[in-house]
Amino acid sequence: MHSYINSGHKDTRSGFGSGLYHLGKINPKVVALCADLTGSLKMNAFADEFPERFFQTGIAEANMIGMAAGLTIGGRIPFTGTFANFSTGRVYDQIRQSIAYSGKNVKICASHAGLTLGEDGATHQILEDIGLMKMLPGMTVISTCDYNETKAATIAISNHSGPVYLRFGRPKVPNFTSPEKPFLIGKADILTEGDDVTIIANGHLVWEALQAYNSLEEIGIRAEVINFSTIKPLDIKTLLKSVKKTGRVVTAEEHQRNGGLGDSISQALSLNNPCPMEMVAVNDSFGESGKPDQLLKKYGLDAKNIISAVQRVLKR
Amino acid sequence: MNNSIELIPSQIRRDILRMVHAVQSGHPGGSMGCTEFFVALYFKLLNHSPEPFNMDGKNEDLFFLSNGHISPVFYSVLARSGYFPVEELNTFRKIDSRLQGHPTTHEGLPGIRVASGSLGQGLSVAIGAAEAKRLSGDKNLVFTLHGDGELQEGQVWEAALYAGSKNIDNIIATIDANGQQIDGSTEEVMAMGDIGSKFEAFGWQVIQITDGNDLSKVIDGLTSGIKHSGKGKPICIVMKTEMGAGVDFMSGTHKWHGIAPNDEQLENALSQLPETLGDYPL
Repeated sequence: MHSYINSGHKDTRSGFGSGLYHLGKINPKVVALCADLTGSLKMNAFADEFPERFFQTGIAEANMIGMAAGLTIGGRIPFTGTFANFSTGRVYDQIRQSIAYSGKNVKICASHAGLTLGEDGATHQILEDIGLMKMLPGMTVISTCDYNETKAATIAISNHSGPVYLRFGRPKVPNFTSPEKPFLIGKADILTEGDDVTIIANGHLVWEALQAYNSLEEIGIRAEVINFSTIKPLDIKTLLKSVKKTGRVVTAEEHQRNGGLGDSISQALSLNNPCPMEMVAVNDSFGESGKPDQLLKKYGLDAKNIISAVQRVLKR
Repeated sequence: MNNSIELIPSQIRRDILRMVHAVQSGHPGGSMGCTEFFVALYFKLLNHSPEPFNMDGKNEDLFFLSNGHISPVFYSVLARSGYFPVEELNTFRKIDSRLQGHPTTHEGLPGIRVASGSLGQGLSVAIGAAEAKRLSGDKNLVFTLHGDGELQEGQVWEAALYAGSKNIDNIIATIDANGQQIDGSTEEVMAMGDIGSKFEAFGWQVIQITDGNDLSKVIDGLTSGIKHSGKGKPICIVMKTEMGAGVDFMSGTHKWHGIAPNDEQLENALSQLPETLGDYPL
């Protein structure tokens, strides 16, 4: 059994809200913008306490992104907040030109990512956002796994100079990482040690990977579970060190296969140390309405699918 | 002062034409139409310090060019007002240059604070910078320039709504109303209607410049804009210009939006524009 204990279900977006509020108190340079989703993004505490540093842009995400770029001119550190779909796909050109190419220190913070958004369905369940963001030169891309990690990452990115995409989600999920642990951008976190297979996950699928670890242990398979919350820059050193031991990799994420974490891992392995690999991810399809756990099951993203992928990769 | 400033536009237009001719690419038409605007701003009205260039622009006025394709006039005016050496104009659009086809911060060219080229984004960025100034108690102003065709981009109206709704009164946005865009006149491509009324409906104070190629009228219009700032409303200046102004065969047509003159056309054009400050070396 792995040693991680769920201290209670909490939503990752509340971790963001708490981290942002903390930053508001300690760093007067931090400002926040929101496109009419203040409650959903849990930005109320910041907005109420620091109204002069909070910009309600209305349902106008392109303008919000441009304004965030402009607010950096004068030394502010803007955090934008809206759903992941509206944070990326809707405003890709604005991010590309006004933020990424212009080298602006904007933190694009995106909630309700992936299938686990649930009942709102495919219009809102973006599964392409990580691919979109990681292709932009100079963009740091992070997808956090629980409340504590999201809060720590929110605080950490304020100290990083340059544009960041921080992705988190809607539902309440197990909160199991240590609240004391500082977030290190670009550093993967080895959660369990094992010699048989490396399981690389991020976001909500880290907990699924830990559940898979327990089941695999019962049948004598020792998995090394690594939380790759930073997709870019990718911690290739930790990846290669683990693969040297295991020689087998399974990736798991709430995103399309194309463009996601698995895609980055696959590229790194192909270039450095080719080995058998399986991907647990959405395979070129849109989502649909349903409960988060039903959706993870239907689209093949739960612990059971991670176990199957491990069994497949061990046979190769 | 006015005597000497009047000598500048002719030189700027020579720079524009020589720059685009040298690489046989770039956008001379809109650049020449906005020459007086840039000269009025950078040589008379803008509170700015070119050297050393400071990205944050604290205690300075800021300018954002939203229609980035008219980079030739922007580069010429920045160089001639001391942001970088005038000789560097001869690197425009060439490999390893800081003077990219469209303005960018990426190569570190002094005077540029955001990349522009993909249209419709500059007003939002300027509003962000204006909010940053309000937040830090900096009373200086934020100026922008936009094409009239550019107003077809939806983001402009998101930004216009924000500025009107939130009383951003430290911003002065000028619209280059030349009535032309790539595929033809704005009337043919997408009739713009009454631009001033549109901005008024979005809560802006609107000022008209009836001849944006008359330097004194541009100075008067911008000065009026500055006087109206700080009174609870963002300022929009609708500035009527002639695309390609200053050269008879280039004036008033969309044909020279993105076309460079050939050798013969350059010679003809330059003969109409006295060399007042000295050409930059090729």
